[in-house]
Amino acid sequence: MAKTPLQFRHNGRDVALFVDGGTNLLVVLREMISDVTPKFGCGQGGCGACTVLIDGDALLACLTLAEAVEGRAVETLDGIKTGPNLHPLQRAFAEGFAAQCGYCTPGMLMAAKALLDKIPQPSREQVVEAISGNICRCTGYEPIINAVLAAAASLRASA
Amino acid sequence: MPVTVKTFQAVSEAASALSSDRAARYLGGGTLVMRDLNEGDVSIATVIRATDRTLQSIDVAGARIRIGAGVTFARVLAERDLAFLHPAARSIGGPAVRNMGTVGGNLFAPAPFGDFTVALLVLDGMVALQGGFGVRDMPIEEFLQSRDRQAGALVVAVSCIRPASADAFRYRKIARIKPKGGSVITLAAHLPQSGGRVTGARIALGSMAPTAVRAKAAERALEGRPLDASAISAAAAAAAEGTAPADNSLASAWYRREVVGVHLRRLLSGQES
Repeated sequence: MAKTPLQFRHNGRDVALFVDGGTNLLVVLREMISDVTPKFGCGQGGCGACTVLIDGDALLACLTLAEAVEGRAVETLDGIKTGPNLHPLQRAFAEGFAAQCGYCTPGMLMAAKALLDKIPQPSREQVVEAISGNICRCTGYEPIINAVLAAAASLRASA
Repeated sequence: MPVTVKTFQAVSEAASALSSDRAARYLGGGTLVMRDLNEGDVSIATVIRATDRTLQSIDVAGARIRIGAGVTFARVLAERDLAFLHPAARSIGGPAVRNMGTVGGNLFAPAPFGDFTVALLVLDGMVALQGGFGVRDMPIEEFLQSRDRQAGALVVAVSCIRPASADAFRYRKIARIKPKGGSVITLAAHLPQSGGRVTGARIALGSMAPTAVRAKAAERALEGRPLDASAISAAAAAAAEGTAPADNSLASAWYRREVVGVHLRRLLSGQES
């Protein structure tokens, strides 16, 4: 079967490749351009481990048809640090013990980034809502919620 | 297995491609079709998409509110004129799912999903279907009953009425996980009142049958009566009539039948869930 040409921006870099029809974005990212920061969890939209930002909105890479990101900007966890400096969210997660096994962490961070990009000073309820589609089986969520609030405070202080 | 992806500009072209290929599925937001592809559903050979802007339109000017099938729940939540539908939209998924899932796709979501459709069902919801003959409107109830035989027709929009008053429309999704999880039961009610009596009661239930269904016995129990304790008790007692819930990991069919009346009573009497 013929492959389809696909171009999109990946963390600020242009990417061009050929995909099989029906391939999802997660396969493109992980297997074709070796960005393994989005994780495969359920493949059903239930866990949030593959959360990426597409044109600034949080979406699930496993449920996104690769062809649908033609010409769009895809941002993954791999692209959120600046040089050697971690993003304030990453620092807050590390300092607040918000990651244990770490499998949900990339999705959590991207869901949190989508929130802070739009609402720099979220309430606790808004943070809970923002990560409500992301499942964590280790932390009990409290350290994650606190880390997102801490990152919001540090972004505010540095603004 | 690779599939053929066909993208059309016009809805009519997408509809005719869909109707001419038994192994074709229409891809809206991706939360249903991509999931099936990820699970290796070999019955899908072709994926049809449409970029038509009419699928994205929201029209609140007329007596009936019309929402394009491709409108996501995130967009419903961003639309102030659709405030009465916000509780239903917000009860679905997390933000990422709401950025993807569409009101059109929700009509096809099998139990325990399809919560938005439960709300539309009590608001005189209609489905606009594009077939080879043009666009025709069909009541949502009729559409759901024949959903599995609708292959080939493309949903282009849904429409509904505004609630008679803010208090006349109620929606609640019962889940085990806070802030949200899959539906144990989803309930919606539209209870217009005239002269202190309920007229034109509509009650709908999600996760109580393969599709969202109306609880007609409960509706009859309220019709023409004041919304008082005895009418609510009668409706609650009749809530499970005509339902056919399934066992799943969220709840058993037995449990759903046992508690549906309890939750309907709470919804109708304005109590917390």
